[in-house]
Amino acid sequence: MGALLTVDDVHVRYGDLVALREVSLSVAQGEVVCIIGPNGAGKSTLLAAVAGGVTPWRGAIRFGDVDVVGIRPEVVARQGLSLVPEGRHIFGTLTVDENLRIGGFIHKGRADAKADYERLLELFPRLRERLNFPAGRLSGGEQQMLAVARAVMTRPRLLLVDEPSLGLAPRIVDQIYEILLDLRRREGLTLVINEQSSNRILKHADRIYVLRGGRIQLEGRAADLADGEAIRSAYFGFGSPATLEGVAP
Amino acid sequence: MIAFLQNLIDAVSLGSIYALTALGIGLLFGILRLINFAHGDYITIGAYALIVPSADVTARLMIGELPLVVMTPLICLIVVVVALLSDVLVFRPLRRASSPTLMIASFAVSYIIQNGVMMFYGARPKAVDLWSGANTQILIGDLRVPMLQLIILVVTLVLMAALTLFLRKTPYGIQMRAAAEDFRMATYLGVRGNLVIGLAFAISGILAAAVSLLYTTQSGSLSHTMGLPLALFAFVAVVVGGMGSLVGAVVGGFAIGIIVTMLQAYLPPELRAFRDAFAFAFVILVLLVRPAGLVPSRTTFERV
Ligand SMILES: Nc1ncnc2c1ncn2[C@@H]1O[C@H](COP(=O)(O)OP(=O)(O)OP(=O)(O)O)[C@@H](O)[C@H]1O
Ligand SMILES: [Mg+2]
Repeated sequence: MGALLTVDDVHVRYGDLVALREVSLSVAQGEVVCIIGPNGAGKSTLLAAVAGGVTPWRGAIRFGDVDVVGIRPEVVARQGLSLVPEGRHIFGTLTVDENLRIGGFIHKGRADAKADYERLLELFPRLRERLNFPAGRLSGGEQQMLAVARAVMTRPRLLLVDEPSLGLAPRIVDQIYEILLDLRRREGLTLVINEQSSNRILKHADRIYVLRGGRIQLEGRAADLADGEAIRSAYFGFGSPATLEGVAP
Repeated sequence: MIAFLQNLIDAVSLGSIYALTALGIGLLFGILRLINFAHGDYITIGAYALIVPSADVTARLMIGELPLVVMTPLICLIVVVVALLSDVLVFRPLRRASSPTLMIASFAVSYIIQNGVMMFYGARPKAVDLWSGANTQILIGDLRVPMLQLIILVVTLVLMAALTLFLRKTPYGIQMRAAAEDFRMATYLGVRGNLVIGLAFAISGILAAAVSLLYTTQSGSLSHTMGLPLALFAFVAVVVGGMGSLVGAVVGGFAIGIIVTMLQAYLPPELRAFRDAFAFAFVILVLLVRPAGLVPSRTTFERV
C-alpha cells in the first residue's frame, strides 16, 4: 500500500500521564483524513508526534520512506510535512510578509519561493492587503489563513491542520476549508485535519478517526459514517466501541 | 551646567558599554531563555587575548599590537569561537533543560573561563596600554570630551544599527526573530534550531569582543574578574528594560549607565560608597512600577 503516513502502535506520555495509547493510523497520498475527538482526547498530541514536536514513548511513525520518530521538527519539515498547530502560533511581532517568507526559507532556490509566495497571495487576497502589518494585529480568521499559507510555503506533501475552526465564525471556517480543499485539488496536497466536532468534517473528509482518552475509538469512511450515529457513540463513549462497525485494529 | 553635561557624556559612554553587553545577553535570552552570566567572561577573554600569556604583572601586548583592522576581527574571532564552544560543549547538551538549569550552567562556564584565564595569566590585575591616543580630549565649546567616549558611542550606535539591519532584512535575521518569539513553531517551519542558536552565540560573541576592546582601552587594566560587574549590570539592564526585548536591553543599558554615573556624581560623598545599593534600589522601584520592564516584550512565553 502506498501510505504516505503510517502511525503504528504509538504511545505518548507526558510524565505519568499517558496521552496516546496504541494509536495506529494511515493516510494515503491525496486523502483528506479527519481526526475528531473531545477536549483532551490527544488530537494535538498526535499531530505534534507526527511533526517531531513530541517524541513517542513507544511505536513507529513513517512518513514516506522515512522513520520520523526522534527526528527534530525542522528535519521532518524538510521531508515535506508541515503542521499548522492549534492556536495558529503566528509570529505576532513579525510582519505578514515575514511570516510567509519564513516558510520559504527551507528552499534554496529563491525563485521557487518567490513563485509560491505570489501564488499563495492569489489564494489569500486579504493577506496581500496586509503584507506589512505586524501579524499579531490580524483578525483571528486572517491569522488562520496566514498560518495555512505559511505552512504551504514550505511545500509540504502532507499538511496537518490542528482545529482550523477554533474560535472562528462559521463563514470564515467555510472559507478556510474551501481553500484547504482547493490546495488539495490543485497541488495534490494530502490533508490531516483535527476537529472537535464532526458536522463540517463529514462533508469534506474521505476518512475519519475518532479519538477519545488517547485511543482510537472508531475508524471509517466518511460516506459510511454519514448518519453520525456511530461517531456519536464513539465520541461520547456510549456502549462499547468494540461492538461498533469499522473499529480500528 | 558644563559639569552636568560632562557627567552626562560619562553616563552615555558607560551606558553604551552596558547596552552592548545587555544586547548580547538579551539576544541569547530571547532565543534560548538562557541568562548567560558567562557573557562577562567572553569579554574577559577578548581582553586577555590582546596580551602575551604570562603571569607577569606588566602586560606585553601581542594581538593588541597589531593594526586595528587586523586586531579587531582577530579578537572577534577568538571570542566568537569561545562563545560557540560554550554552546556546543555545555548548552547544546542541555537544550531541553529549564531556564534555571541553563543559568546555573552559565555560572559554571563563567567559573571555568575565569579559572582558565587565571591559570595562563595569573590572578593579579595587570596594567595595559592599548591605545593611549584615544584619551586625547576634544573641545566642543567649553566641553572637554575624551575622544574615546565619542568612539564608544559611535561604535555602539554602529553595532546597534548593524544588528537591527541584520535582524530585519536578512533571512537569518528573520528566522532569529521568529525563533525568539516562538522557537518550536519556527522549527515546525524548517528553521534550523541549532543554527539559529549558534548564530545568536556568535553575535553575542562579537558584541562581547567590541566591549573587550572599548572597555580595556578605557580602563587600562585587566583582571580575570573584569567581566563580572559588566555582566551583572547588563543583566540588571535586561531586567529593567524588559526581558526578551532587545530595545529594552539597550534602553535598560543606558538607564543603568546614567543612574550609576549620576549617583556617583551627585550623591553626598559619605554615601558614594553605597552607590550600587542606591542604583539597585532604583531598579527595584522601576520593577515595582513596571513589573514587565521599561519596554515590555510582546513575545509570548507559551510553549507547546
Ligand atoms: N505539554 C504537555 N504536558 C503535559 N500534559 C500535556 C501536554 N500537552 C497535552 N497534555 C495532556 O495530554 C492530554 C491530551 O492533550 P491534547 O492537547 O493532545 O488533546 P486535544 O485532543 O488536542 O484536546 P483539545 O481538543 O482541547 O485541543 C490532555 O490530558 C492534556 O492535558
Ligand atoms: Mg488540541
